Amino acid sequence: MLTVKMVVTGPFNAGKTQFIRTVSEIDVVSTEQAISSEAERVKQNTTVAMDFGRITVDESLVLSLFGTPGQKRFDFMWEILSEGMLGFIVMVDSTRPETFREARNILEAFRAFSPTPYVIAASKQDLEGAWDLEDMRIALRLDADVKLLACVSKDKESVKNALLELLESILLELDTNPN
Amino acid sequence: MALQGNLQDFSITQLLNLINLAKKSGALLVRNNAASARVQFRNGEMVYAQMDEEAHNLPHILFKANKITDNQLRSLQNRSGSMGEKELGLLIVNAGNLSQQDIVESLRSHFSNVVRGLFAWEDGQFKFDDTQEHSGDHIPVSISVDNLVIEGSRLVHEVEQLKLEIPDLNMALAFAERPGIDLKKFSLSVDEWRVVSYINPKNTINQIAKASKNNNNQIRRIVFSLLEAGIVRMVRPAGAPTQLDGLESAFPGVERSEQKTLVTRLIDRIRSI
Repeated sequence: MLTVKMVVTGPFNAGKTQFIRTVSEIDVVSTEQAISSEAERVKQNTTVAMDFGRITVDESLVLSLFGTPGQKRFDFMWEILSEGMLGFIVMVDSTRPETFREARNILEAFRAFSPTPYVIAASKQDLEGAWDLEDMRIALRLDADVKLLACVSKDKESVKNALLELLESILLELDTNPN
Repeated sequence: MALQGNLQDFSITQLLNLINLAKKSGALLVRNNAASARVQFRNGEMVYAQMDEEAHNLPHILFKANKITDNQLRSLQNRSGSMGEKELGLLIVNAGNLSQQDIVESLRSHFSNVVRGLFAWEDGQFKFDDTQEHSGDHIPVSISVDNLVIEGSRLVHEVEQLKLEIPDLNMALAFAERPGIDLKKFSLSVDEWRVVSYINPKNTINQIAKASKNNNNQIRRIVFSLLEAGIVRMVRPAGAPTQLDGLESAFPGVERSEQKTLVTRLIDRIRSI
């Protein structure tokens, strides 16, 4: 059986764990801990090592989804998780521009780890105060050819769309270089 | 136990702070692969500093500070012979070229700049030798390191931020694809223009740094300002592993045609969720 993996990364509280929960066929294996830092207490728990979800295609092919920890002090996990990945999704909370710089740094770090295709998911687009995608593109310094997708982590269709867009990018990369 | 170790573990700023607070006297010797430096302290205050690879006699220091001309530099070098620094200083003052204050300020500025240069060192060995006293032949200068410590701490913070923005100096730069962009409209510094002249997807940031004679911190600062201004973007250098190479490691030992089939199966499965 072949298992391929995708990584879901992004700053703290961008919706990575929920994103994986929405499409995983198993209960997400999560390493959540209660948040100790006052500054980051915008939610009760956070991922400290990784989240793990799975989508089985058939008995010969499985897609694993790994969510990275969002807090900076666990960034040593990023490189480990990025090894052998098929592609990655950077989630950015559209309502918290103060995290955009960190999202950009995470994107650059992952681009440096592995030259695989990626998409950017602008999460929480259903919330009041969410930034427009084109404004986010400028703030995140994304080139026009980088896919920036509106995303709501609790919405299955929205999560499926992000995964499909990434897979389409991967397919395009393989198609452009048939040999 | 001797005060010695690696700058990766204990930075120059931390060392200066320690020497200052403990009011230590002696010589701080710092060495990396490319250079070495010596900073002398008395009761926690800096009294002397030199980069070993740079000319550091008094005429050169005054010339670099634009206090004397090229001709005066040559003349002083010819006359100085085996003169000590104090004697030479007296000669300059008596000749009416400079005041004592000019000389002391030039030395203060030079020593402080030597230490500022050390702030950029991320790696290297250091040793504080409290048996080495400052030679009596030097012009007495005493510099409080308080402000240098604050300056160094700011720089360390800035460097950490820049490393997050530009983590990999093996990336290359390409001009941003913005319609109507006109470089002449930007007020770039000489250093920034020098870097701009090397921008090409074939050149890594590391290579540009070497060619433009910038250290890692300086090149990161320049590249960051060019990125923020939207003039350039980071790209993978020509010849670096491509996305296709990355995909190969995701499908070890699987043929290209089979890889496409696998991705198509993944797409079909996700559509069906």
